[in-house]
Amino acid sequence: MTLPEPSRRDTRLDPYIDAYAERTHGLTVSAVRALFAVANRPEVVSLAGGMPNIADLPREALGRAVDRLIAERGTQAMQYGSGQGEPFMREKIVEVMAEEHIRAHADDVVVTCGSQQALDLVTRVFCDPGDVVLAEAPSYVGALGTFHAYQCQVVHVAMDDAGLDPVALRGALVSLKAAGKRVKFLYTIPNFQNPTGVTQTVERRRAILEIAREHDLLIIEDNPYGLLTLGPAPLPALRSMDADNVIYLGSFSKIFAPGFRVGWVLAPHAVREKLVLTQEAATLCPPVFSQFAIATYLDEFDWRSQITVFRDMYRARRDAMLAGLEEHMLEGTTWTQPDGGFFVWVTLPEGLDSQAMLPRAVTARVAYTPGTAFYADGMGSRNMRLSFCFPTPERILEGTRRLGEVLVQEQEMHRTFGLGTTTTRHHDLTAGPAPDIS
Amino acid sequence: MNDNPTHGPIVVLAGGLSHERDVSLRSGRRVAQALRDQGKEVVESDLTPDLIDLLRSLENPVAFPVLHGGVGEDGGLQQVLTLLDVAYVGSDPGACRRSFNKAVGGPLAAQAGLARPRMAALPHDMFRELGAAALVVALGERIGFPMIVKPARGGSALGCTKVDAVEELPSAMVAAYSYGDLAVVEEFIEGTEVAVTVVELDGAPVALPAVEIRPNSGIYDYTARYTAGETRFIVPATLGDEAAAACAELAVAAHRVLGLRDLSRADIVVRQEGTPVLIETNVAPGMTETSLLPQAVEAAGWDFGLLCAQLVDNAWARHLA
Repeated sequence: MTLPEPSRRDTRLDPYIDAYAERTHGLTVSAVRALFAVANRPEVVSLAGGMPNIADLPREALGRAVDRLIAERGTQAMQYGSGQGEPFMREKIVEVMAEEHIRAHADDVVVTCGSQQALDLVTRVFCDPGDVVLAEAPSYVGALGTFHAYQCQVVHVAMDDAGLDPVALRGALVSLKAAGKRVKFLYTIPNFQNPTGVTQTVERRRAILEIAREHDLLIIEDNPYGLLTLGPAPLPALRSMDADNVIYLGSFSKIFAPGFRVGWVLAPHAVREKLVLTQEAATLCPPVFSQFAIATYLDEFDWRSQITVFRDMYRARRDAMLAGLEEHMLEGTTWTQPDGGFFVWVTLPEGLDSQAMLPRAVTARVAYTPGTAFYADGMGSRNMRLSFCFPTPERILEGTRRLGEVLVQEQEMHRTFGLGTTTTRHHDLTAGPAPDIS
Repeated sequence: MNDNPTHGPIVVLAGGLSHERDVSLRSGRRVAQALRDQGKEVVESDLTPDLIDLLRSLENPVAFPVLHGGVGEDGGLQQVLTLLDVAYVGSDPGACRRSFNKAVGGPLAAQAGLARPRMAALPHDMFRELGAAALVVALGERIGFPMIVKPARGGSALGCTKVDAVEELPSAMVAAYSYGDLAVVEEFIEGTEVAVTVVELDGAPVALPAVEIRPNSGIYDYTARYTAGETRFIVPATLGDEAAAACAELAVAAHRVLGLRDLSRADIVVRQEGTPVLIETNVAPGMTETSLLPQAVEAAGWDFGLLCAQLVDNAWARHLA
């Protein structure tokens, strides 16, 4: 076969490559993220994602309720709605927040497309490029992505088993002020933090609020897991302790189901006005049908008992993970002991690199999220986040067993090649799993 | 091209459990859509326990494996298809094994007289049993710096590291062994990086125009491969006529030496003076939106869907013969 004489084509396969905004810089395909593609295969025990287990919801009854909703109120439920969210939904949200002793008025609630959009709106309203946002070290990967999108500078503040360290917070504020930096807010997840599973003690909460008042620091409290306590009653939310300095983000994703994409912001009045207008510019209105469906669920089902069902289910999984770690982890490995939420944070012996080790784990049919995903500054290579929310307890045990073997192999490899204890930094903005990874 | 197929549904196989699953799924979707655009009946399938039942339930199926890495590329899947007497596009199991394993394919090509970098392939056990320090020094002396360290069985540049000095070698070895227990250490060849697709339609392998690869970062890594905009591609490559012809000849020779069939892609570096060196040959080239083979096909003035359909027809005819 003869080929025609080709004309030369010179392309980068993206005609818009020189047109993108600066904030999209770094949004590239990631080899680490690509490894998660195997996580949803049944052969793999995925401890990587953060998908809630919603199999225990009364799905048949929910289906009938949704049928009725469409038949009886479909013309409203499938119509455009309020940019602030439907009034009945906001009333219900106030009821849900009361479970954590938050007193609020429905007028100060803005319904959002998941609490991820709540954070996006808050950041959009407050942050200009270059502004500093404080966040725990480590912090939620999705929040770091939002802050990056608005070109914020994330400064991590140290935390320990009692949560964010107030001394480190004060130190960061003082040094940033001295450097002429403008700190817009502190982003914190006080309950069962993602990724560490750590809960701020009440004493720490008081101290953090005190420092915030001293330094005119706004606090963004993200609390998706608060009601999923596996131990004693939930600790008081920061918002319940200070109504003036705290913007509160909530979500139905963990206490009901994430597919509805309904979350909310509780903000002081002046901020709320700006959030509503910003919401209208972004999406016109939060998902109306989802608000009707969730309100129906809250009205017609015993949602508080359902949370108890969730707690019992997650407790068994958390216990399995802690037992598995105890049995299978390499000497020198440590991990947190979460009282709720979805995650355990593991610290590996010095020198081991969880991001570099992930291919070996995938080969061994176990997946986790490398700690580097939760730092904006390249740290976290000695850490990994393990999720106990989705796999069954038996699978979690098997996953920790496989992980233990992977660690042994990796350590042996390091010894063979005489690798030192230097901590490697990785800068990969997209190293976390996609939301549909189990 | 023959557009009178007598085969049944085309089963595009993509996914698998390899490190390149994500790439394979992208490639599979692209091939499946291209075949559907040709009016073909296409079934897309992952490698799952249901696959054998699926293949048996179809009348005269033709499999189109688009698996990268693991059993999809190392001949395992092709062996199963042969056992099941299912027609399939691509090389036979033996050729897949030879080509996929760089520790086998590279030396075979070199023995056949094709220009290849100096290389050594070592399992990690060797380092453990003989001591890494001495072996690392020996590798440096034998291969020289800079060098490339990569997993022997893998693709998409996963686990590959360019090493400029002996002290960087241990961590590069560990990175490669994260993907498998056999690693290849090769002399780094400085020059113009090109990929040459080889296609067999009329019984003889034909080289398509070389695609020149110029990654923005200087390194054609995973990100540069699969993020549009991160790499500049020039087709045909900016080579002199003589060098271009030498690349085509080298790619076809590698295809023949390894006993490949239907299609392959040779990765080549052309030294400044115009001599091409074969880096590796791919038995299951990427078919994604940013992959090299579809660009070469387009540059040749062909239609990607027609080419895929023709390869299916050829596989069916081969099966009947």
